[in-house]
Amino acid sequence: MSAPEPTAAATLRLPIRGGVQYWAPPLTVAGLIIGLWYFVSYVFLDPSRSYLLPPPHEVIAAYWDPAFGPDMFEALWNTAIVALTGLAIAIVLGVSWAITMNQAAWVERSLYPYAVILQTIPILALVPLIGFWFGFDFTARVIVTILIALFPMVSNTLFGLKSVEQGHRELFILQRASQWTILRKLQFPAALPAIFTGMRISAGLAVVGAIVGDFFFQRGTRGIGGLISLYQARLNAEPLFASILLASVFGVIVFWFFGWLATRMIGRWHGPI
Amino acid sequence: MSEPAPASTATEQGAALLDFSDVQLTYPGGTTALSGVDLKVRRGEFVSVVGPSGCGKSTLLRIASGLETVTSGDAHVATDHVGYVFQDATLLPWRTVRQNVELLAELRDHGRADRREAAQKAIDMVGLTGFEDHLPRQLSGGMRMRVSLARSLVMDPELFLFDEPFGALDEITREYLNDELLRLFAERSFAGLFITHSVSEAVYLSTKVVVMSGRPGKVVGSFDIPWDMPRDPEIRYTAEYAALVGEVSHALREGHDS
Repeated sequence: MSAPEPTAAATLRLPIRGGVQYWAPPLTVAGLIIGLWYFVSYVFLDPSRSYLLPPPHEVIAAYWDPAFGPDMFEALWNTAIVALTGLAIAIVLGVSWAITMNQAAWVERSLYPYAVILQTIPILALVPLIGFWFGFDFTARVIVTILIALFPMVSNTLFGLKSVEQGHRELFILQRASQWTILRKLQFPAALPAIFTGMRISAGLAVVGAIVGDFFFQRGTRGIGGLISLYQARLNAEPLFASILLASVFGVIVFWFFGWLATRMIGRWHGPI
Repeated sequence: MSEPAPASTATEQGAALLDFSDVQLTYPGGTTALSGVDLKVRRGEFVSVVGPSGCGKSTLLRIASGLETVTSGDAHVATDHVGYVFQDATLLPWRTVRQNVELLAELRDHGRADRREAAQKAIDMVGLTGFEDHLPRQLSGGMRMRVSLARSLVMDPELFLFDEPFGALDEITREYLNDELLRLFAERSFAGLFITHSVSEAVYLSTKVVVMSGRPGKVVGSFDIPWDMPRDPEIRYTAEYAALVGEVSHALREGHDS
């Protein structure tokens, strides 16, 4: 019996990357921002107050200045290690937490409020305390990072696990599949898109978290946060902006990496995240 | 009654694989979905149920498969090999056609080589040879439904439940799949219980058509369909067929008005 349907496979339609049409809009926006920046630096600000916003090329030049450049990249490295360690732990912890809550309604009722508190608690106020409890070095910084990055992992994973269609669930129930099998072969794969979305959000937050801890501790191995507060105190405007820019670029790279990873892992069946 | 079954199972023809008597189902909220339903499906019988939407026809299948339990009456299913084809294809989007077709056998812990072979046979049987490594999103609606059909076939069900499987498909695809289903039925000789809202589909596919009335669902009519299996698609254009479709439609309308 011949199939009436078309025989060729439909190919996935992804936006064409690399074309002028793809890159022109974001580059235009970048151009506008840099233009506005120059305008403020040279026209808007009085020359005596230009330290409030030094022009872009002077900020960029700070990376090559031997007095600032090496410090900045070393600090970025320290921050990156804290952020990535915290993020990895937040991912594992968040996914496990959500899976645990998903096992029974009463477990969720018991544990979810604390996930929400994690989100609403003023972590900035806790940062000094965490420093006192765990010292002002690596461990304390990683803990601050986890606290900031954990909630999106928990809530996104839980949402993903619950997004399973009733029909799919019944398909498994009819074969008398165990809860463990349902988790492994149905809920977890179904939750992957939401988990990757959580990872992207948490990745950005982890970078923020690593910088915040560092910024407030003012002690221990110096990361970008410590450097920012140092340049602030010394009114070193160019390296101050340069290090803020460096931290943002690092955040963007981590965010972009998880988008790339998601498309690679599940893009084939889910489409780009 | 037609005699499509191979000789080996011919002796079991009389055994009712599904036997509902005086079945009532009332939901905790107080809504009564079914009331006083008697229904039998024997091996080699293909019974279609037509009725207005919301009359509880799908509930019959949910009871037969064990997803729902009756409030009163007796719902007896004499086999453990029950196939269930849902309204949607319900394929797992991250699994290829082959992996989807193997799913049920995998959940029942069938051996890898066994289920691979059974899956290939089922895929060939529904005409999807060559699409084994495609993902559901690369297939049309009709092809997805075939995958869903193949997935159930792997388990070689004795009782096959269909919940409006072709309702969302276009007319041509639906007719193709109707013919394929008839061919499968002639080959495998299972007991079929088919829910549909299309009277002409019901008459064409079935050995018997059961008409249900609206809420609470009751059986208000039953029609034996005379033609042998497998059926000649041309019967759809005969006067006898048109007359039967007319009779069933009348019963459906009366049940609806009462």
